[in-house]
Amino acid sequence: MNPILLTPLDISIAASLIILDAALSIFLKLRLHRQIAIAAARMVLQLVAIGYVLRFIFTLNNPAATLLLVLVMVLVAAREVAARPERRFKDYSNLAIGFVSVGFATFVTSILALTTAIRPQPWFDPHYAIPLAGIILGNVLNSASLSLDSFLGSVRRERAAIEARLSLGETYREAIAPLVRDAIRRGLLPIINQMSAAGIVTLPGIMTGQILAGLDPLEAVKYQILLMFLLSGGSGLSALAASYLAAWRLTDERQRLRLDRLQ
Amino acid sequence: MATALLVQGLRSEFAGPFELKLDTGTCAAITGASGSGKSLFLRMIADLDPNQGKVWLNGTERGAVAAPQWRSHATYVAAESGWWADRVIEHFTANSRSEVAALAGRLGLRVDLLDAPVAQLSTGEKQRLALVRALLRSPPVLLLDEPTGPLDEESVVRVEALLRERMATGTTILLVTHDPNQAERLGHQRYRMVAGQLETL
Repeated sequence: MNPILLTPLDISIAASLIILDAALSIFLKLRLHRQIAIAAARMVLQLVAIGYVLRFIFTLNNPAATLLLVLVMVLVAAREVAARPERRFKDYSNLAIGFVSVGFATFVTSILALTTAIRPQPWFDPHYAIPLAGIILGNVLNSASLSLDSFLGSVRRERAAIEARLSLGETYREAIAPLVRDAIRRGLLPIINQMSAAGIVTLPGIMTGQILAGLDPLEAVKYQILLMFLLSGGSGLSALAASYLAAWRLTDERQRLRLDRLQ
Repeated sequence: MATALLVQGLRSEFAGPFELKLDTGTCAAITGASGSGKSLFLRMIADLDPNQGKVWLNGTERGAVAAPQWRSHATYVAAESGWWADRVIEHFTANSRSEVAALAGRLGLRVDLLDAPVAQLSTGEKQRLALVRALLRSPPVLLLDEPTGPLDEESVVRVEALLRERMATGTTILLVTHDPNQAERLGHQRYRMVAGQLETL
């Protein structure tokens, strides 16, 4: 079964729904019509642009170009991770922590999947590597930013407790452990929810996409299961990395709690 | 008498430089306005904030000792006590219950407080339990930041008696207090902190 290709007319008919939203906004004085129009235009432009970029990278079929694109995606994700928490480091640590945790988790899980499960020839074929890295990035970004936000938020609140433990001769590692644990837990919750709800509350995106593209549902389900495992592994790695890196950046060679490094 | 605590050129970007020499079993009391740097001084000795300068404890320089070990020997008890578990007893090492109960009792605390949630304790109760927590480890030097700040008169008398007893057995105390009379009662040396500088009284 071949995928059903969309014509410009098909899309134009769907676009009329945006007009409906805008009309609703004008009629109900929601004052959203401008934002709706801008968001819709942005969405179309961004997606068309990425479509061309992907087509270009696919025809190049050059590992360096693939790697470059993935690195750019990781950098954009790192910026999101860095911007999310209310409390931030004074220097560029937020961005560095975001980049390392998101990049590490994405590379490890993507390469594992490409070399052991999906196994395209060659394994770094951009048709597979880029979409896979993209899906993993989206999830990993979420868990890294939740973990970082949780850690940086609680560390100031728990200052008296942490310093009481340090004062009694405990190591920084012991004193900070409960906060690191909570931060990792926070980062893992979304993927646990996602796995529990998969197939009952939601039909996950990849599976739906593949069914629409004509794949047998059971084959699509297999892909989705593989992906969920990858996402949970990626979430765990990025939550772990983000929490430990943040904890490490908040101490020094004398095992002090260095809140002066936060804004 | 042997010198227990020796401080030379101790400073940070906010306070100092400080010089101090304290004999074993004695107490130096520091008074001074809020924000003058009293707590900062204690925290610098405990190495909780970035600082420069030298501190010796019974002849051993701070840099030669790992930070956790240093802090367990020169133990800082903050004016605002910190708690990390739900129940009081969880903040003490296992099998130390009878010792905790004995010391807590001497400070006028009911024994059933040990099993209470920390959230139910008053500020004064928490303050005394934080002191018990530090005393149980018998550090040679205690850095006490307003240990009797939130306490009633009777409890102050109990705390001071216990501190005197500890000094008699060789514990050295650096005490920050708002009460000049307490400084008079306990301090063998008395200082006033003014804008990050120590003045001898």
